[in-house]
Amino acid sequence: MTSHDTTLDDSTSFDDKPFAIDAVGLTKIYGSGNTEVVAMRDASMQVAQGEVVALLGPSGSGKSTFLTAVGLINPPTSGRVTIKDKLVLDGESAHANLRAFRRQHIGFIFQKSNLIPFLSAAENVQIAMQLNGKFLGFARRRAIELMDYLGVADRADNLPSMLSGGQQQRVAVARALANHPSVLLADEPTAALDGQRGRQVMELFAKVAHEQGAGVIVVTHDQRALDVFDTIYEMEDGLMHKQPHKVQQTTH
Amino acid sequence: MNLATKDIRHNLGRFALTAVGIGMLLMVVMGMGGIYRGVVEDATLLIDRVGADLWIVQSDTRGPFAELSRVPSNLVYRAAAVPGVQSSREFAYHTVQRRRDGKPLRIAVLGLSWPTDKGQWVSLTAGRPLGQAHYEMIADKSLGLDVSEQLTLGKETYTVVGTTSNMISSGGDGIAFFTVADAQAIQFDVPGEAVRLERAARESRGESFELAMQQPMMLDNAWRPTAQLPAVARPQISAVMVTVSPGAGVNQVAETISGWGDVSVYTADGQRELLLKGSVEKVRRQIGLFRVLLTVIAAIIMALILYTLTLDKIHSIALLKLIGAPNTVILGMILQQALILGFVGFGIAYLVGQQLFPMFPRRVILANSDLLQLAGIVLAISVLSSLLGIWKAMKVSPNEALA
Repeated sequence: MTSHDTTLDDSTSFDDKPFAIDAVGLTKIYGSGNTEVVAMRDASMQVAQGEVVALLGPSGSGKSTFLTAVGLINPPTSGRVTIKDKLVLDGESAHANLRAFRRQHIGFIFQKSNLIPFLSAAENVQIAMQLNGKFLGFARRRAIELMDYLGVADRADNLPSMLSGGQQQRVAVARALANHPSVLLADEPTAALDGQRGRQVMELFAKVAHEQGAGVIVVTHDQRALDVFDTIYEMEDGLMHKQPHKVQQTTH
Repeated sequence: MNLATKDIRHNLGRFALTAVGIGMLLMVVMGMGGIYRGVVEDATLLIDRVGADLWIVQSDTRGPFAELSRVPSNLVYRAAAVPGVQSSREFAYHTVQRRRDGKPLRIAVLGLSWPTDKGQWVSLTAGRPLGQAHYEMIADKSLGLDVSEQLTLGKETYTVVGTTSNMISSGGDGIAFFTVADAQAIQFDVPGEAVRLERAARESRGESFELAMQQPMMLDNAWRPTAQLPAVARPQISAVMVTVSPGAGVNQVAETISGWGDVSVYTADGQRELLLKGSVEKVRRQIGLFRVLLTVIAAIIMALILYTLTLDKIHSIALLKLIGAPNTVILGMILQQALILGFVGFGIAYLVGQQLFPMFPRRVILANSDLLQLAGIVLAISVLSSLLGIWKAMKVSPNEALA
């Protein structure tokens, strides 16, 4: 029987690697006056290329707000987001076509698989590539390769409604990886998976980060797989803190 | 990858039902246009085919088709005497309704000027033109009469010697061709009892005249047939058709005849114009309004369906935006669905219409120009109806994919 314990370790260093994500002083304020709510306050995070970061924190702490700000979906009220040395957001001002930038550089994975219901599993992966100008044949081949890698190639032509929750999530992972993203953002990606599958997905993120040099941020509550991450951040009441040490897995 | 067709395939049942519904509406729009074409064709058929250059009708009336016209039958000789006139023919035209096999039978009775006009100009589908002065008829197939069938009208029985197709009056009744004499016999037929009563009344009126008291023999004439009484006018005809000699000017002849105080004269084009601007114009307006209403209804239904289809896809649209799909991809998806819906609806309208229109009681003529015009309208309403869905889609935030 195997169990996972965690200890702290600071052996891995990304100090000499360039940043995939450099988020500085992100603040998000909803409403104004008496209805003003500060969802995130002066949050900063640097993710090096090849680094896998976990973002922990209770519900309502501002994790998703941070993720959508870094993901260029929901711009912060103030603060700057630089991705691969390009200043993309300065407060609410966009310095790039955000949608095109997302398409080319960012892969998203969510708690729910978020597949398009009228496309087959393979088409859900293909669409991300085709939107990026890849030809159908290439997109199809890479989609099948990714799905094969994730163990769902045999369901390539099935609609999402015909797949289990775990299979859907793996297809969503394949879609996120399709364009070789510089940044991979995952919001509770293992919530719909069992422990073993969840760990596999986390390890996959780490592999992608290390092999492709992508910066990965994973919002998670799953304490069992924390050893996979290079760095751990915590958020509480909109404030972000970096944990000083890496968590290491021990097997008994 | 075509997102529009993928989504349609996913919602095929709803899309197909909608397309059928839109198709039925467009079929009605198409059919109404065809009915109008049919009305115009029917109304102008005789004028176009009978080959008359001029129509002489009762003074200050609009002719035998647009309104009632009565002219004396001897007008045909006066017209023939006008310089530049090659020939003149009598024209009698009225509608009767009788019962046949227990069902009402409406006939547009048209009298031909025997023996100069035997109906040679009529396109026959079977049989022959009129061959004798009485008791023969040429019937349109819409009357349900075949060659050699017999029909009793008034006191006489007429044999169908020829049949035509699509010879319909402006009122939608099938035309039957008789000689003018027979047409008048049908029109002015009165029962024997009515004849006897009229003769008795004639004698009674005569008895009060002083002249009849002085000459009692005059009252004997009261019992003679109307046709033998010079004081009683002959049955009148509806119009006189004039063919102008080659080389003679139609307008010149018309000008001569228009100087007569008891008649009005129209060229064939003038008669056609009168007809189209008269009763047919109202039909055109009415049908036109219905077409506009139905087109608007079709557009509203399409807009609502496309809007609900878009609402169903809000999450997918948000997701597409999230993964970086440009607006053109989303806009294209909705617009293509609208165009496919319109195109399929139009196709259904045309195909079903081809099967159903021949069963309509009035002729439905689908002119290519009308079909092209409707296709253009369908294209326009498809684009317009997609605007609501596009507007909704453009408002969707990528954040909604995370909800």
